Amino acid sequence: MPVNFFPAQFEVLRNTDKCIGCRACERQCANEVHYFDGDYGKMFANEANCVDCQRCVCICPTGALKIRPNENAFRESANYTQQIMIENYRQAGSGGVLLSSMGTPKDYPVYWDKMLINASQVTNPPIDPLREPMETKVFLGKKPGSIRKNPDGTINTELPPHLELNVPIMFSAMSYGSISKNAHESLARAAEELGTYYNTGEGGLHKDFYQYGGNTIVQVASGRFGVFKGYLDAGAAIEIKMGQGAKPGIGGHLPGEKIREDVSKTRMIPMGTDAISPAPHHDIYSIEDLRQLIFSLKEATEYTKPVFVKIAAVHNVAAIASGIARSGADVICIDGFRGGTGAAPTRIRDNVGIPIELALASVDQRLRDEGIRNEVSIVAGGSVRSSSDAVKAFALGADAIYIGTPALLALGCHLCRSCHGGKCNWGIATQRPDLVKRLNPDVGYQRLVNLVRAWDHEIKEIMGGMGINSIEALKGNRLMLRGIGLNQKELDILGIQHAGE
Amino acid sequence: MKRVYVNEDRCLGCHLCEYYCAFANSGETDMAKTFKLNRNPVPRITVESAGDVNFAVQCRQCAAHPCVKACITGALSFNSGVIQIDDSRCVGCYTCVMSCPYGCIVIDEKNNGKTITKCELCTRNAIGEPACVSGCINQAIVFEERGEN
Repeated sequence: MPVNFFPAQFEVLRNTDKCIGCRACERQCANEVHYFDGDYGKMFANEANCVDCQRCVCICPTGALKIRPNENAFRESANYTQQIMIENYRQAGSGGVLLSSMGTPKDYPVYWDKMLINASQVTNPPIDPLREPMETKVFLGKKPGSIRKNPDGTINTELPPHLELNVPIMFSAMSYGSISKNAHESLARAAEELGTYYNTGEGGLHKDFYQYGGNTIVQVASGRFGVFKGYLDAGAAIEIKMGQGAKPGIGGHLPGEKIREDVSKTRMIPMGTDAISPAPHHDIYSIEDLRQLIFSLKEATEYTKPVFVKIAAVHNVAAIASGIARSGADVICIDGFRGGTGAAPTRIRDNVGIPIELALASVDQRLRDEGIRNEVSIVAGGSVRSSSDAVKAFALGADAIYIGTPALLALGCHLCRSCHGGKCNWGIATQRPDLVKRLNPDVGYQRLVNLVRAWDHEIKEIMGGMGINSIEALKGNRLMLRGIGLNQKELDILGIQHAGE
Repeated sequence: MKRVYVNEDRCLGCHLCEYYCAFANSGETDMAKTFKLNRNPVPRITVESAGDVNFAVQCRQCAAHPCVKACITGALSFNSGVIQIDDSRCVGCYTCVMSCPYGCIVIDEKNNGKTITKCELCTRNAIGEPACVSGCINQAIVFEERGEN
């Protein structure tokens, strides 16, 4: 047997005084960690398989289980950490590219946590959202730059197509294929009940979900999976995916094992074949090309739906956004590099892109400087973790936010970052029927609704404290933010002052 | 009447309902103690599994209640939608076990098999609501009104 270069990453601690041997942990672990030994008459664990998804801990009826990081320690240094050593061992064993899932775990600065929100005192009264009207409804789309009059002198009230959001929070793109059908159903039903939108991702729209079309943003990505006229017509808006925050410059690869019958039909590709999304759109090499695709899609849907363009936050994001704003897009979605993914090369996820806070601030500023901010709405995503992050995003200039990871958390995800393994014990990032079953959409959708309603309440409370009664009045209102522990360059990019100024 | 139903498409076959049922009817206050101290807790619900299909089965409290009709001592009775068992009258003849079309009458091992026991919708224990329903991790087991059966 070859030498195992690194030990199990987690330890399974079982309190034998509490364990009643019901074997629920064993039945519910798709990684086959737990097992019952008849000779000893008790449960044991094969710790090497554990990914710390916490499923067993959460279902154990007597609370007998704990999973914790293996305390075994390599002789690590600040430079060569245990993590880096293990990754090199892994690659020396496999010869392959390292794959990871969800947002980067690395310790990059989280600028949300370095901004503080203002509140009213004495001279301008705060508002109590329970007693006074508070508006969190937003509209996404082009806003006219001037008042136009009809030949008879009346004002032309015709607007380009808009999306109406009852809450300024949408569910970001997660494809059917990367997540399960039950997860998709939960998102679709929650979006419908909340009066907001979810996004198909690039996996097409399952036939069962056409009924939620009024709350669906249909995505057109580089692989063009599942795209046809009926699909474009079904959605409330169309999103062209140019990039994703977690893996800018990289396409996608859904392995053939996940392309079962339903996924194959929805994506319109043969069963068992790998679904490969190229890194570029092969018909887009310039803003002019992008404009062509935007207008092709508008033409196909008779100019009734807004077209979104989603880009990853990268170094020159402001210039790119300026081009997109001029290309005819109605909404720009910016995805920060801490955003999640169902699978990405580790080195890309952990090293490519820039934080959403800086990208959002610079895009908003650039569009304002160029006088074209009204041409597009801005949707920020890529690690908006809470309602306070959302409020800060609005103050930096976002019209609405996309949430992906928080939505998955609502469905039970414990961020074990093993989506690419396809054995999600929570029934989210898997296509195995026995695992998909574990996510009951009746429960899932209600938890999503609860989460977004809770955020909405908190957003209203925070806005009320500032003496602001609508997202419109908060949007781009950077005077409501102060930096804490940021240097002058960071403050300049964010367009905010330091606390105390 | 509200009854316990199992949505087969949601049932994961984790068997936790059996444990919550046995605990609820054990009279104990601590789950670990119930099973660790070997008091023969008997579940009144059983998960049936074959391949990927699982579903939990317990007394349907059916309107026909052949068990009540078969009972030779009158230990079983049908009261406001619940088929109840009177331990003091049961003689352990198992005629009800033979007559139940769902196989839901359970031999009470706690009483060395001298009596039977069955689901009484947790109406006679300290839980008050069906423990299998509240304990189901996927809300596959529900307690609801679906019309008479």
